[in-house]
Amino acid sequence: MPLFPVRRTGAVLNSTVFAPWEDPQAKPLIQFQNVTKRFGEFTAIDNLSLDIFEQEFFALLGPSGCGKTTMMRMLAGFEKPSEGHILLGGQDIDPIPPNKRAVNMMFQSYALFPHLSIWENIAFGLRRDNMPKHDLEERVEEMLRLTRLEQFARRKPHQISGGQRQRVALARSLAKAPKLLLLDEPLGALDKKLRQDTQFELMDIQEKTGTTFVIVTHDQEEAMTVASRVAVMDQGKLMQVATPDKIYENPNSVYVADFIGDVNIIAGRATANGDETYQIDWAEGQTPLTASSASGVSNGQSCHLAIRPEKVTISAERPSEAINAVQGKVHDIAYLGNLSTYYVELANGTIMKAQTANTRRISRRSFTWEDPVWLSWTATAAVLLAD
Amino acid sequence: MRRALLIAIPYVWLLALFLVPFFIVLKISLSDIELAIPPYTPTLDLSQGWAGIRDFFSQLDFENFVWLTEDDLYWKAYLSSVKIALISTVLTLIVGYPIAYGMARAPTEWRPTLMMLVILPFWTSFLIRVYAWMGILSNEGYLNQILLWTGIISTPLTILNTNTAVYIGIVYTYLPFMILPIYSALERMDESLIEAAEDLGCSRVQAFWLVTIPLSRPGIIAGCFLVMIPVIGEFVIPSLLGGSGTLMIGKVLWEEFFSNRDWPVASAVAVVLLLILVVPIVLFQRNQQKQAEAEQ
Repeated sequence: MPLFPVRRTGAVLNSTVFAPWEDPQAKPLIQFQNVTKRFGEFTAIDNLSLDIFEQEFFALLGPSGCGKTTMMRMLAGFEKPSEGHILLGGQDIDPIPPNKRAVNMMFQSYALFPHLSIWENIAFGLRRDNMPKHDLEERVEEMLRLTRLEQFARRKPHQISGGQRQRVALARSLAKAPKLLLLDEPLGALDKKLRQDTQFELMDIQEKTGTTFVIVTHDQEEAMTVASRVAVMDQGKLMQVATPDKIYENPNSVYVADFIGDVNIIAGRATANGDETYQIDWAEGQTPLTASSASGVSNGQSCHLAIRPEKVTISAERPSEAINAVQGKVHDIAYLGNLSTYYVELANGTIMKAQTANTRRISRRSFTWEDPVWLSWTATAAVLLAD
Repeated sequence: MRRALLIAIPYVWLLALFLVPFFIVLKISLSDIELAIPPYTPTLDLSQGWAGIRDFFSQLDFENFVWLTEDDLYWKAYLSSVKIALISTVLTLIVGYPIAYGMARAPTEWRPTLMMLVILPFWTSFLIRVYAWMGILSNEGYLNQILLWTGIISTPLTILNTNTAVYIGIVYTYLPFMILPIYSALERMDESLIEAAEDLGCSRVQAFWLVTIPLSRPGIIAGCFLVMIPVIGEFVIPSLLGGSGTLMIGKVLWEEFFSNRDWPVASAVAVVLLLILVVPIVLFQRNQQKQAEAEQ
C-alpha cells in the first residue's frame, strides 16, 4: 500500500475542511433536477434532486434494486431520465450520447477488451480522440505508473490477476481525464483484504488526480471509508445525503440508522422534558429513557430511539450517575476478536446489543451467558427519530 | 489400459475411414487405365511372392499427375473452384453475419426458436432443396413469374444454369455453417464491452468495428473455413444449378470417373484436390486450437 496523505474525507478528518455542499455560493458539478426514471411500470428513480460538487468522492449506497446503478447509468448516458434533467457543469446532458460526455465509467465487470493488451486498453479512449502519438504514449505511461502496472503493459487481460485487472479498468477510465469518474461496485470482485488496500489506493488516486468520483456500492463500510459524502438510497429515493460521520452519528430515519452499521432501535412515545431533552416511554413497567435532540418533537409523538451498540456500557452494578439504565441478562455473546457484542435480553423480552472492546484476555471476560447485567448510556448517545 | 483404448478409437476410425481409402485412391492414381474389371492396372498379386510385389511397384508411375499439368482443363477447374469457393464464402459471410448478430442480440427467450429456424432446412434432403431452387430460378420459375407479374422485368431473367445460380445455391446451402460459429462467438460476448467502448468515445459503428468484429473473429474464421472447404469440392450444386460454363473440379472428377471411366486420372484429380484442401484444413484446426487456448 502506498503512503497516503491525511484525508479530508471518510473517517479520518483533519483541519482543512472540504465541504462545498455547505457553501451556498459553490456551484455543483452535477445536478439532478427532479429526475424520475421509469422502466415500464417500474419506477427506478422517483423525483430525485441531488447536487454533487467538484472533487467530491461521492458514494451512492443502498441495497440492490434501490436505483443506485440507474443513477450511474444516467450519468454515463446509457439511460435517459423519463422526467427532469441532469446537469453537468450547468449544461443539460440529457441529449448528449455517452461517447460525447466528459464522463467515464469503470464497470463492475471491468469490461476490459480481451483482444487488446493492457497498454492498448488504456490507450483505447485516447485513440478515439486522435491524440498525437507522443502525447498518447506519455499519457498511457503516466496511467501505468499511477496504477503501478508498468511491468504488465504488454499482457492481455486474461494473463493478470483480479486486482490488477481492477487497476487496469481504473487506469483506462482515468486516461481521458474525465470531469467525472463513475465507479460501479469497483471493488466488488476483490477479496476482503485486497479490497481494503484498494480502497486507500482509490482515495489516493482520487486525491492525486483531483477528479470527481461517484461510486456505487452496497458495502456500507466501503462507502464510509472512501467517500466525502454518502447518499443512502431506498426504492428510488434519497433517504439521507451527508458526510459519513453524520450518517452514522445522526441518521435522519430508522432506515438509515438500521442500514449503516449496527443499531438498537427502541420504539416509544416522546414527552418534552426541559430544553431539547425528551422523556421516552417505551415499555410497560420500564423506567422512561432520556434523550436529547435538537430537532423539535411534539409531546406524545411516537418515535424511535437509535442507539449504537458501542455507545452502550455494560456493567454488573447499576452505574450511579447513568441517566439511562436498563437491566437484563446476557443472552448471547458474539466474539469478533477485537470486539465482543453482548446480546442482552431485557425483562420484557427485548434484545439489546452492547459492544465492548476486548482489552483483556478472553479467559478474564467479566460476563458470561445468563449473567444479570446493567446496560447504560448517556442522554446524547441515542438519536431520537420522530416518526 | 482404458485410456489407451479411448485414445485408440479415434485413431482406428481415422485409419479405417480416411487413411486406408486414401492409400487405395493414391494407388489407383499411380496406375494405368485398362479395359477390365477393375478398370486399371496393375493389381497386386501376392501369389507370385516377392517378385509379384516388385513387379507391382515397378508398374506404378506419376504419368496421370503429369497429364493433369499438360491439359489446361484441370488447373483451370481447380482455379475456378477455388475462385467460386472464395467468392461464395465472402457472400455467405455477408449474408450470415447480420443474421448471427441479430440472433445474438435477440431476447434470450427467442434464441432457441431462431436457432431452430436456422437448422430447420437440414430436416429436408439436401438434393430436394437444390431441386427446389431449380423450380424457383428457371426461366418459367416462381422468381421470374413474380418479377414479370409485378412488372419489374418484361423478359424472363436467365439465372438457372449460370454461375449466379451456383452462388445462390451455395450461399443458401452453407449459410447455417457460417451462422452457427459466428452466433456462438457473439453470444458469449459481454454486452458491457460495447458500453465501455461507447463510454470511451466510440460511436456505435466504431464500437462494432473495434470491439464486436475482433471478438467474433474466431467465429468468422471458423465459419469461413466450414463453408470454403466443402465448397471447393462441391459437385451437386454446380452440376444441377450451374451451366456448361461452370467449371468446378468436383464436376470434372465426376466426368472422369463416370463418363470417361478413367479411374486413374479421376483418382489423381482427387489426390490433388485433397492436397489443396490440406492447407485450409490445417489453418482451420490451428484457429480452433488457439480459440480453445484463449478460453482457458
